[in-house]
Amino acid sequence: MEKIWLIIKREFFTRVRKKSFLITTILVPLAFAAMIIVPILLSTSSSEHKLIAVVDKSGLFENKFPDSKGVYFKYVQNQPIDSLKLHYSDLGYEGVLYIPEFDINRPSGFEFYSSGQASITIENSINKDINSIIEKKRMQLQGIEPSKMDEIRSDVEVTFKNGKDEKKGSSWVSYGVGYASGFIIYFVLLLFGTSVMRGVMEEKVSRIAEVMISSVKPFQLMMGKIVGIAAVGLLQFFIWGIFITAIYSLIPLFFSPESMQAAAAQGNPAQTAEMVHRMREVIGSINWSLLVPCFVLYFLGGYLFYSALYAAIGSLVNEDASDVQQLTIPVTVPIIIGIMIMMKAVQDPGSPLAVWGSIIPFTSPMVMMARLPYGVPGTVPYWQLILSFVCLIGGFLGTTWLAGRIYRTGILMYGKKITLKEAMKWVVRKP
Amino acid sequence: MNLLEVKHLKKHYDTHKAVDDVSFDIQQGSIFGLLGPNGAGKTTLLRMITGIFYPDEGQIIFNGQKFNPENDVQYIGYMPEERGLYKKMKVGEQTLYLAQLKGLSRKEAVQKIQYWFDKFDINSWYNKRVDELSKGMQQKVQFISTVLHQPRLLILDEPFSGLDPINSNLIKQEIFNLSQQGTTIIFSTHRMEQVEEICDHIMLINKGHKILDGSVKQIQQDFKQGLFKVGLGTMPNPAQMATYHFNIVQTHDKAFTVKMNEDSSTNDILLHFIRQDISVTYFEEILPSINEVFITQVQQTENSNAPVAALPLA
Repeated sequence: MEKIWLIIKREFFTRVRKKSFLITTILVPLAFAAMIIVPILLSTSSSEHKLIAVVDKSGLFENKFPDSKGVYFKYVQNQPIDSLKLHYSDLGYEGVLYIPEFDINRPSGFEFYSSGQASITIENSINKDINSIIEKKRMQLQGIEPSKMDEIRSDVEVTFKNGKDEKKGSSWVSYGVGYASGFIIYFVLLLFGTSVMRGVMEEKVSRIAEVMISSVKPFQLMMGKIVGIAAVGLLQFFIWGIFITAIYSLIPLFFSPESMQAAAAQGNPAQTAEMVHRMREVIGSINWSLLVPCFVLYFLGGYLFYSALYAAIGSLVNEDASDVQQLTIPVTVPIIIGIMIMMKAVQDPGSPLAVWGSIIPFTSPMVMMARLPYGVPGTVPYWQLILSFVCLIGGFLGTTWLAGRIYRTGILMYGKKITLKEAMKWVVRKP
Repeated sequence: MNLLEVKHLKKHYDTHKAVDDVSFDIQQGSIFGLLGPNGAGKTTLLRMITGIFYPDEGQIIFNGQKFNPENDVQYIGYMPEERGLYKKMKVGEQTLYLAQLKGLSRKEAVQKIQYWFDKFDINSWYNKRVDELSKGMQQKVQFISTVLHQPRLLILDEPFSGLDPINSNLIKQEIFNLSQQGTTIIFSTHRMEQVEEICDHIMLINKGHKILDGSVKQIQQDFKQGLFKVGLGTMPNPAQMATYHFNIVQTHDKAFTVKMNEDSSTNDILLHFIRQDISVTYFEEILPSINEVFITQVQQTENSNAPVAALPLA
């Protein structure tokens, strides 16, 4: 037991002291934070003013385009479109919108000129605006008052509540959280699994394996490595957790009342406040006290399940690194199937595929994490959760046993190329 | 007293018998040479003695008790032929780690490392990474990490491969020192000149079988062929050399190698020269080298074991 502790310590510290650990641990959350914050900051404090020239031959659109999000429209009547097309950028315009005279029943010939591809937001908003203006015009022609129409229009949003305590929920939030956690599990399984495999290969190729095996049992060496690398992963999650909570609590600082007002100046102040409020409500609607422990357990279970197999594969590889690709296929394929089932499960968490995918240990860490945000015991009954755990524990006991038996022989085999078929024979043979 | 007793050890792989019914004893404090051609089963045998493999059959008695790998590995130091170190680890950390895995406390390990690093004068390497060292230097570090925990049984598989003569000598000297302090040493090699120089006792195996076993002197006696070299003041003419007692095998400059007849004695040879009034400057027995014994014995077993393959196909 003391020996395995020494091995765990070595595996842990040699990795944690590496520069690459520091870089990934600190840069990854910063990159995530930047991905969230930068676009928000850009959109709120955007000082860019895009001016678009509108040449309206129909006369229907004069001063009807609403200015928003830094995009302004200027109506140019007395310039021929051909010269404007050539010189708009010299005149300070981002682009030119050309509206021909048209038949109200068959509108066509609308054109937009710009130097580059128009951004998708501009394209969408111009299309929407033109259509709504035409719709209003048509309504007038049919004798419907636009104000009447506003009275008729309905904008109901159903509030989805779930569970006995009638928590407010949103399938979009469950979808997002489920997708993200399933994906993170997929990512860490591959990442840490290959890390274990590389560690084993290093020991084999540098020929220290036999020296080690003369002091410790092969199983101790393998488990020490697996546990040591798991500890590295947990430390990383822990640091990321702190980062994320820190950033989350810092968000109100970024969006001080002033900046909120500045943002509101361009849009609807009530809307922005509502959005921030809803975001908080949404984050509060997730059952974090269930999700976080489950995430850690599924990470550990899935990791133990797969890393043992990766260790066994690592023990089969000789100097020829091209063997790796071929040998890892049987381990990598189930993980990829898992991520594919996860993508289905996150859309339809009650389907038989999702249910069985979340119970079978090959895919359960990913698939169950995708289903859990939809609610326990609402979407995932307790029996499924417990069965899934039991299968996963049984599964990793099985894979570590199997892997241990392959590993102890493989780690000392040099020279010839080893096939998986041969390796399976070692499972039943005495060492 | 025997530190190690190996009784009828067997280990089979799918297709062949790697070790087939091998028995031997090793006396405490002796240097035991394990010889055999490539693929003879040396490594398999050593792996069973170090607890890496379990024997299929047979028994290993270590220090008077049934060998218990779990506990006994701390008394064994093993330097395998395929050796290696963690390349990215620092020399000091690495030796400390390996010593702790052998059951030394951190404090003891640090002391022992200091002792050996002083002895080999390599203190300046302590904070170097292993991959910054040359192969010979790595070998020294490997040797130190094998003996740090003062094993009672030290197993060295080709310890001199890759070492220059100076470092070879250094390690050889340490092997003798350790042996004098009571460490039992198993020395596996196919370099015969080292065996004669270092080992008290040898065992020759081939194809998993023990071929012979005994002290170096005894084996040389057993395999001697009655050859003597006689140095002469003047070379006699051939007519003077007709005798029943010996035949001339080889003529040298002022010397003959002669083969003595079985029922003659060395004095018969000397008397012959004296009677012919040829002055004898020296007279010595030619003992077979372990190398010769090795080659003839291996060839004999090859032939006796594979008679079918040797038959022509016709």
